[in-house]
Amino acid sequence: MKLNYRIVIFALAIIFGVVFSMPSLTQSETGKKVTLGLDLQGGLHMLLGVKTEEATKSRIKSIAASIKHYAERNDILIDGLVFDEDSVKFEVLDSDEIHSFDEYIGSIEGAIVSTSGEVISLVLTPEEIIKTQKEAVSQAIETIRNRLDQFGLSEPVVARQGEEKILVQLAGIKTQEEEQRARELISRAAKLELMAVDEDRNARVYNMSDSDAAAYGDIILSDAKNPSIKYLVSEIPILDGGMLTDASMGFDQNNRPLINFKLNAEGAEIFGDFTGRSVGKRLAVVLDGKVYSAPNINERIGGGAGQISGSYTVMEAKDLAIALRSGALLAPIYLMEKRSVGPSLGADSIKASLVALIGGFVLVIIFMMVYYRLAGVIANIALIANLFILLAVMSLFGATLTLPGMAGIVLTVGMAVDANVIISERIRELIYEGKSMHKAIEDGYANAMRAILDANITTLIASVVLYAYGTGAIKGFAITMSIGILASMLTAILGTHGIYQMLESKISKSKNNKLWFGIKG
Amino acid sequence: MEFFRYTRTFNFMGKSKLAMILSVVLVLASYAILVTKGLNYGVDFAGGTVVQVKYDTTAPIDAMRNNLKTNELFAGASISEFGSPDEVVIRMKTTTGSVTQDIGDETRAALKGTGNYEIRRVDIVGPTVGAELKEKGIMSLLLAVFGILVYVAFRFEWRFAVASIVALVHDISIALGMVALFAIDVNLDVLAGLLTILGYSLNDTIIVFDRIREGVTNNRSNSLRETINESVTRTLARTTLTSLTTFFVVFTLFMFGGEIIHPFAFTLLVGVVVGTYSSVFVASPILLWFGFDVKNYHVKLANKAKRAQEKQKLRDQFDSGVV
Repeated sequence: MKLNYRIVIFALAIIFGVVFSMPSLTQSETGKKVTLGLDLQGGLHMLLGVKTEEATKSRIKSIAASIKHYAERNDILIDGLVFDEDSVKFEVLDSDEIHSFDEYIGSIEGAIVSTSGEVISLVLTPEEIIKTQKEAVSQAIETIRNRLDQFGLSEPVVARQGEEKILVQLAGIKTQEEEQRARELISRAAKLELMAVDEDRNARVYNMSDSDAAAYGDIILSDAKNPSIKYLVSEIPILDGGMLTDASMGFDQNNRPLINFKLNAEGAEIFGDFTGRSVGKRLAVVLDGKVYSAPNINERIGGGAGQISGSYTVMEAKDLAIALRSGALLAPIYLMEKRSVGPSLGADSIKASLVALIGGFVLVIIFMMVYYRLAGVIANIALIANLFILLAVMSLFGATLTLPGMAGIVLTVGMAVDANVIISERIRELIYEGKSMHKAIEDGYANAMRAILDANITTLIASVVLYAYGTGAIKGFAITMSIGILASMLTAILGTHGIYQMLESKISKSKNNKLWFGIKG
Repeated sequence: MEFFRYTRTFNFMGKSKLAMILSVVLVLASYAILVTKGLNYGVDFAGGTVVQVKYDTTAPIDAMRNNLKTNELFAGASISEFGSPDEVVIRMKTTTGSVTQDIGDETRAALKGTGNYEIRRVDIVGPTVGAELKEKGIMSLLLAVFGILVYVAFRFEWRFAVASIVALVHDISIALGMVALFAIDVNLDVLAGLLTILGYSLNDTIIVFDRIREGVTNNRSNSLRETINESVTRTLARTTLTSLTTFFVVFTLFMFGGEIIHPFAFTLLVGVVVGTYSSVFVASPILLWFGFDVKNYHVKLANKAKRAQEKQKLRDQFDSGVV
């Protein structure tokens, strides 16, 4: 027996495999481990779309609100402030004042301004619309990530997929209630608007249609608690949640949960101005299109702090505060794809695939031993080493093990011995031809090498394509297959060659081809 | 132990006509099934919803049907057993776009009163995503075939590449036919299965081709038919053995891997059998029929060797300062 470089590399590879697969096998606290896919540990996978056209609309709405505020602040009388999907239009009553808007409107980015007589109109440029829509997606990703980070699940995945899709993956969701909560938190628009109740016409709200209201520049909103109560409010809000700096859960004097919010300096100023002007009128606190409260304004409110009361549970109030704090979704999101797996199904899948893995493994091991005797044992050593290395590499890269990934490992067991079958057959042939043991082994490996390489590379091509084009769990299959193939080159070709070289003199001396290669003679 | 010991060459190519008839019949039958019965696209490609429900007793399928009838959302829903009598899947063509209240939640609510159940899995794939996955799936198959074609043409010769691709198309066609025949849901995992068959079947073919290449290069004989027969016979033990070990593991996966892995394991099971057959009886005869000219190849090889020799001679002369 003598050492050779192949056996040394093989031994190092085995040590590497065993050491780095240990954290995954023993599920220890420390060390890098294989992550289980959502299909094995249970969890929620969602692909969300963004209704980007809504983002443009809300951009236009906020431009309209700012024009209104600018006019009121500077005592310029305007009328007929209307907006549609991508433009705002208004009329300046005093034609002398028409230029007092120039500077302010010029500062609004991405809009083309045109004036005809006293009517000023702003149209968003196509570039601006695209930019707004792109920002809406980025903002949605950012917002959802912020919200989920505060939700308390470990390592939520929020990523852009393609141009305007958002991938959300939540592992470790245990119950239906938890999933529901997460979904509500993700999709909540959390759009806070403070709106003026149109006190002049509010008394007639129950006899008005939406188009009647629109004629006055108002909209009809219903109460959050009691939908039969309606409010007529001015469509252009006084301010919106974009000027929010903080939101947190608190309690009112009756110890009911409510939400405290704070506005930034600009918001506080607008809020102060408005309340100062509107004493005796009502202010509607509107969240996601529903009126949560409509208190009377008794005096000018400075400081920019407010409350949203409603009959929440503590949990709801907490989630709502998270949503408000992380910002509103500029555009609503919708579900394009969802895959939700309960933890019990995941556990069943792990069990079933482990049974298949162990069953297939034992069958192959026994078969190789019966057919090739000691050559089979050597091949089996390589196979076991292969599995350890596969697991170690996956652990080091933090790769995700999915159910198809498990199937890939099972398949690797069947196909990894292929190299050793080819080699052993070649060696047998050469022994029959009467070659010396040294020549049989060396030529056997040399002859087999080309075929093994070609075969493995073509399988790799298929795996790489699968990885590039596959989605979700299927990628896991491509990963385990690829690593399995690469590892088998190391173990089944290099490793077993090293073992044969080490044992060569022993094999030659024993002259027992039945014991070593399972053949007569 | 030995299954085959090479003592004499089997005349595989003599049986190639018979095999070809069998292959043509199988492939045509597969296409007939694909045309008449069609593939049973699952939610991944067709879009739709799958809800997997487990009851603590036998699933009350009739009661479930009655409850689902009340809502138009579930129109055309089919309920079928999934692995055990306690467990069923509900398949629907419809999907919903709401994040907070989706069709899975509707199903959960609609099943109220049918017993104690747990919703174990909800898959909702919207129509745009389904179409996209389908497009990607077809692209991946084509790309894999193309990549392999280029590699084999580069490593062997174009006739080898074409022959192996014909064998691949043969295997994929028959596998798809079987998938259609047994009404297996075609989802992403079946696609992964098909791509694995590509790799696996090609693996087998290449081992045989490698032997043919070796035979053509080393044998004095100019008969391709003999060389192929000898090469196939010499690799027969390996072909059988590897197919057996792979078959073992795929079979255990099929039997014990659980219901979810079933379509994938089924596809592979068909693929292993067909792939093994095709590497012996489809790929090699096609090579023969393409009239791969061994004589010409020998001449080419000889020329190549000669050129290399001359180059070496020149180099030697240059090195020794003669030129």
